[in-house]
Amino acid sequence: MAKRIVKELTDCTQAPPTGMKIHLLDEQDIHQWEVVMDGPDGSAYAGGHFKLRVTLPEDYPFKPPVLNFTTKIYHPNVSNDGKGSMCLGMLRSDEWKPPNKIAAVLAMARNLLLEPNTEDAIETTIADQYKSDRKAFEATAKEWTKKYASGK
Amino acid sequence: MESDDEINSFHTSDDEGMDDPDSDLSNGEDSDVEDELEEYDGDDVGFESQEKIGKQQKKPYEVDFKVYSPEDIQRAQQRTVDEVKGVLQQSPEATAILLRSFRWNRDKLIDAYMERREAVLEQAGLGDEASSGAKIMTVPGFCCEICWDDSPEMQTFAMKCGHRFCVDCYKRYLTTKIKEEGEASRIRCPGDDCSRVVDSKSIDLLVSEDAHDRYLELLTRTYVDDLENLKWCPAPNCVYAVDCKIKPRDLPRIVPTVHCDCSHEFCFGCTLNDHQPAPCMLVRKWLKKCEDDSETANWISANTKECPRCHSTIEKNGGCNHMTCRKCRHEFCWMCMGVWSEHGTSWYNCNRYEERSGAEARDAQAKSRQSLERYLHYYNRYANHEQSAKLDKDIYIKTEKKMTQLQTTAGMSWIEVQFLEAASQALQQCRQTLKWTYAFAFYLARNNQTEIFEDNQKDLEFAVENLSEMFEKPVDQLAGLKVDMMDKTSYCNRRRIILLSDTAENLKNGNWEFNVDFDTPR
Repeated sequence: MAKRIVKELTDCTQAPPTGMKIHLLDEQDIHQWEVVMDGPDGSAYAGGHFKLRVTLPEDYPFKPPVLNFTTKIYHPNVSNDGKGSMCLGMLRSDEWKPPNKIAAVLAMARNLLLEPNTEDAIETTIADQYKSDRKAFEATAKEWTKKYASGK
Repeated sequence: MESDDEINSFHTSDDEGMDDPDSDLSNGEDSDVEDELEEYDGDDVGFESQEKIGKQQKKPYEVDFKVYSPEDIQRAQQRTVDEVKGVLQQSPEATAILLRSFRWNRDKLIDAYMERREAVLEQAGLGDEASSGAKIMTVPGFCCEICWDDSPEMQTFAMKCGHRFCVDCYKRYLTTKIKEEGEASRIRCPGDDCSRVVDSKSIDLLVSEDAHDRYLELLTRTYVDDLENLKWCPAPNCVYAVDCKIKPRDLPRIVPTVHCDCSHEFCFGCTLNDHQPAPCMLVRKWLKKCEDDSETANWISANTKECPRCHSTIEKNGGCNHMTCRKCRHEFCWMCMGVWSEHGTSWYNCNRYEERSGAEARDAQAKSRQSLERYLHYYNRYANHEQSAKLDKDIYIKTEKKMTQLQTTAGMSWIEVQFLEAASQALQQCRQTLKWTYAFAFYLARNNQTEIFEDNQKDLEFAVENLSEMFEKPVDQLAGLKVDMMDKTSYCNRRRIILLSDTAENLKNGNWEFNVDFDTPR
């Protein structure tokens, strides 16, 4: 499947998805991608640069890729456990279809920064706060963005 | 007791004797039961019902069931598909998909299909037919959207929805779904956002033989899971399924023990091991209680007392008898449980056991401990029979050894030593029943039936311990005990039938009163 992955990588580096920079973590390994995602304007993450790791399993694209935030982020859908796992519907094995592309996954991840999905949250306390006290949520999210995601 | 009748009945009960008019139960009016009556008078209720059963053939605690092999199940699916496909005017593969989406309820499917064909097809994953027929072909200028290969002579495949991929990718997609994700009936077209279900014909065409076998196995599994009247035998490595008409709502009135062809006996209601005479709801409650309580309860009972005022549980880990409750600051004597201020000077030696305040406190304590003691009474007996049942495997192996030993040392033939096997089996079965009678009794509220039940329980237990003792005798004595053991085996089996018949009939008629509420299934 190298041909498929190379094609996706070329597309992503030549015409990167909005607000992202994509490169291989190690030039020798096309299964580990690193993405720098800019916090979308109008969100609590604006101004931040978030690093993500995209890991392609051995039998990609028959199995979905795995997405992790390596930069700490205060978000209902990203696990706050040092792993930074992101739960996206399309990444579940019963939802994933082989023609789906990494660029589309990343676009959805960025969209989730704009609109958290509280129905499907990993961090339920953050989700509850997002629903009940938006101001406090945004304050913490901004603070974390400044603290962890402001550098390059 | 050593009459021919006796031996005869022993042999027939061994092979269930269900349809055999000469089976042990139809001997109800024969001399041997009268013998019994003389010997064990006062049990006429049990024998009266036994006569009735003899005429019905089926005992009150038995249910009708059939055992199916995987081939039977596949044939049954095929038969339903064949019957329905003509009505729907669909291919067998599409019919199977439609039936699965209606959990094999053919009447519901046919009605819905006639009423709203398009919606039913769409919902089952058979909508949107872009092209005709699914086949493998080469397409000029094709590039596979999965592997990005565009070799000119590449074989490609698409179902009727028209989402085309190269054969290798399609194959790998299906194989991953089947072998790694255990999917079968709900595998969808690999096309982005397409919900068309991949039919068995396409699977046939594309995947390897072992993946195909696995696919069929998974389909059979969903078929059994979909039907309320079918359940897999839970025994490890058993491939059979059992068909039984008992519904969840029947479970408060019946304990549907079924017997798989692999010899495993289980309850069709909850798929746990046979737990007659206790109904499923009671079993669930009991097991939960044992899980929560047993160890802790034993320890608490042995090592603690309760504060006479606030009933906090207190462990005395040394020191003098002057206790001060940490919780309510009540001061009392550990020995007599009386108020300390009345205690005078006997600091380390309480001799006031008969005083009034102490007696009252002990009384209250006794009452609250009573429920715990009651539980432990039943639990210990339950656990004891369970323990013995766990040794069944050892007993069985020992029995086999004894049987061969007897054949060589006493010169007995194979058929002549079968009585040991029969005895071993009777012991296992009776202990299993006895074990559950204690859980049953724990939840039983006293009424007119309870005494008969307790008598039946006592008689069975006595019979079992008698036989069990005999079973432990050295091999050289066993040959001489043959007739006696056969009598006792047959007696155990009969006591078990009496007990189970009585409990099952009363359960069916709602005659038992329980001290907890069970009548809500699930």
